[in-house]
Amino acid sequence: MSSLSSSSVAERDIVALEGVTKRFPGIVANDGIDLAIRPGEVHVLLGENGAGKSTLIGMLSGLQQPDEGRILVDGKPTPITSPRHALSLGIGTVFQHMMLVPTLTVAENLLLGGPWWQRPRIDELAARVAEITSTLGITVKLHAKVSELSLGEQQQVEILRAMVRNSRLLILDESTSMLTPKGIDELGALMRRLVEQGLAIVFITHKLKEAAAFGDRISVLKLGRKVGEIPPERFRALGEQEIISEIVELMFGKQKDDPEAVERPVRTVRADAAPLLQVADLAVAPTDNAPGLSSISFDIRPGEILGIAGIDGNGQKQLAEALAGQRAATGGSVRLDGVAIETLSVGERRQRGLRYLTDDRLGEGTVGTFPVSINFFLKQVGAAPFWRNGIEQRAEIDRRAAQLVRDYDVRTPSLKTPVARLSGGNIQKVLLARELAEGAKVVIFNKPTYGLDLANTLASRQRIRDTAARGLAVLLISTDLEELLSMCDRIAVIANGALVGTVGNADDARTKVGRLMIGLAA
Amino acid sequence: MSIDTAPTVSATALDATSGAATRHDILHRLLMTLGPILAALVIAGCILLAVGVDPLAYYGYVLEKGLFSPLGIQQTLTRMAPLLFLAAGLIVAFRAGMWNLGGDGQFLLGAVTAAASAPVFIQIMPSWLALICSFLIAMVVAMIWSLVPALLRAYQGVNEIITTLMMTFLGTSLANVLVKLVFRDPGTTVPQTRTLPVEDRLPRLFETTITSGLLLGLAAIIIVHLVMTRTAFGLKLRIVGANPRAAVHSGLGVPGLTIAVFAISAGLAGLAGAVDIIGVQGNVRADWNPAYGLAVIPAVFLARMNGFAAIGFVFLLSVLSIGGESAARRLGVPNHFTLVLVSIVLIVLALAEYFDHRYSQSRRA
Repeated sequence: MSSLSSSSVAERDIVALEGVTKRFPGIVANDGIDLAIRPGEVHVLLGENGAGKSTLIGMLSGLQQPDEGRILVDGKPTPITSPRHALSLGIGTVFQHMMLVPTLTVAENLLLGGPWWQRPRIDELAARVAEITSTLGITVKLHAKVSELSLGEQQQVEILRAMVRNSRLLILDESTSMLTPKGIDELGALMRRLVEQGLAIVFITHKLKEAAAFGDRISVLKLGRKVGEIPPERFRALGEQEIISEIVELMFGKQKDDPEAVERPVRTVRADAAPLLQVADLAVAPTDNAPGLSSISFDIRPGEILGIAGIDGNGQKQLAEALAGQRAATGGSVRLDGVAIETLSVGERRQRGLRYLTDDRLGEGTVGTFPVSINFFLKQVGAAPFWRNGIEQRAEIDRRAAQLVRDYDVRTPSLKTPVARLSGGNIQKVLLARELAEGAKVVIFNKPTYGLDLANTLASRQRIRDTAARGLAVLLISTDLEELLSMCDRIAVIANGALVGTVGNADDARTKVGRLMIGLAA
Repeated sequence: MSIDTAPTVSATALDATSGAATRHDILHRLLMTLGPILAALVIAGCILLAVGVDPLAYYGYVLEKGLFSPLGIQQTLTRMAPLLFLAAGLIVAFRAGMWNLGGDGQFLLGAVTAAASAPVFIQIMPSWLALICSFLIAMVVAMIWSLVPALLRAYQGVNEIITTLMMTFLGTSLANVLVKLVFRDPGTTVPQTRTLPVEDRLPRLFETTITSGLLLGLAAIIIVHLVMTRTAFGLKLRIVGANPRAAVHSGLGVPGLTIAVFAISAGLAGLAGAVDIIGVQGNVRADWNPAYGLAVIPAVFLARMNGFAAIGFVFLLSVLSIGGESAARRLGVPNHFTLVLVSIVLIVLALAEYFDHRYSQSRRA
């Protein structure tokens, strides 16, 4: 529908994408995307991590070239060949990570990129900045060092930089991810004033509330495809709640008659059984790009599934890594079957039955260039019977790998195929086979169905249910609330690295978890 | 997403041997290796023409001296011994994703300690034991020399390319100082270590001048190849090299493995120095630095860290360097033209790799 409407009013678009496709080895990052970007509009691009937002921005800002389709600038097909070219076309990008030189002043940062043979024209710049900032109602300290500014102020400088260069289209890539709630509101107001001056803004986010609050038009990306668009007319007609529910419908498919929504099987967890995993006051120091954890405490009994809900990036990965031993904890205790394991190494924790199924399947879960068979045993290198006296027993490895391929229904051309050539679902099966094979007591699943198609999603969920049914303790970390509601016994909500509440998975769990996620008491 | 895939692509190139090698792949590999070498010979020939030298005569002399004359081939095979040890050390390091470029410093320190210790040991113990002790001392000294880059990389994440290169400058200077001030032979006027008598050196093979160090070198590189491809330890190192984050996730002790890689790599470089001294040279003269360590790197790359292929390329390198010296003398070409030739091969090979990658990318898309 969008291709029809965009061609009829193409002359209004500053930039239009027509059937743009971009592939990387193993994945289609963008698949036939149509997009119209108009002056005076905040166009929200919404999608989960890996939906293809960053790739789309990369192509708009000249970092990458589309494999198929074309980009029109002012109605004319224009290949955007480099970031410099994008700037000259009036496309300015504020990237997710700050691109300012912290040791230089604001003025010096704004002057970077000018012709090298000219003396920097500070006075001219100051006049220009004063003109821009007065209409936008912001103040910028030109002579302050960037390192002394708050993240919100730095962002304003980045936006100002794009404005000084006469951008007509401003792309804000996940700009709110580093900001405080107040900073987010200020950014929203600033965007409003910018579009009132006739600019076009593309605002990338994965937060629904921001999309509904700041947008004029919303395009939803899912797994590289554009799955829907809410045009401005419709946008204005709907209230915030209606918009959010419509977006949710676009992002997660139908809410009713959902094939994923299987009735939660009634499991009986014996309340008197001793917990298999006990975590008390676990704390992790924050790093430059990740939040820390503070006073995390929970117990999981045999056969129980504890869900961790929360918006992505609130410490879920840190929690999983701290439990698995990959990230140093600064305090607290972790007990597995009653034995303290917080000082043990990754390998020793695994030996005792703690399994961590990572969400980063190719980044750390597997070695992409190694054959499928070796990847099954990545965490057992050197262990009998696959290695004897340190020598690889190829026959033994192949025999067991073939068995796992059958048991876990891994679709692979051969055992020797490099694991990166498999689809995401089959790589996940390799990981499941590796972690759930003999000896597991406690299993941590981090976003186990992220990026999988429906069939593989359902298969993975069944594996997790079976795992709990075998009497193992399961920690299920997911950003998909439906998934948690359909599988967990209890759901804890994580926000800013702390558990803000735990609710039993009863009928009112959805509202309670929802309230906790947006910061209200359950 | 694009960032995630980048290391995978480069890892493919480095670890191509671990996957299934079908006949088609092998043919493709051969073509991609030999084609650029031929092209490089043509380009180098053009340069020779430009400076007024007949390229056919030059290549003819190289082959005649390096390969076809009885004396030349014996020199070539003798030259291979230290190069094979160095190549073995580089294979371990490169497969584990660590760029030990400090081979020359480690080589020279090994050579000097072997040269200093062997004549002393030979007087107090049977000669076979003396030689083994000298080998061990050379190995240990080179290992210790690699400790600084190893610890920095393992615990501080300092880039080992820079630290090993810096240590190689220090190492060559230290080796010189040792020769001139500490281990200097009082019996001669030129600054050099005491000379190991010919009859105490490594025996020669049969009735030739080829050193038995060649067999040691071949054994070293084959053992290294088998360890890297067939054992749990080798697999751990390859995991660290192909995907360090997967290594952490799998519970491997990455810092310990890092130190082990540097120790093995440097130890083999130290043995290379020892085998050249105890087998061939007999002593170390001041300011002696054959720079084998850097010369071997291209050969290891051409072989894609495969031990058996590396033997072939080390042989080629020996032919080029022995034959090149002779051809240069006879035709008045600078001696360093061998290096020019090797670097042209490398550049053409890199270009071929680039275009091949682009081609397969576009075919897949």
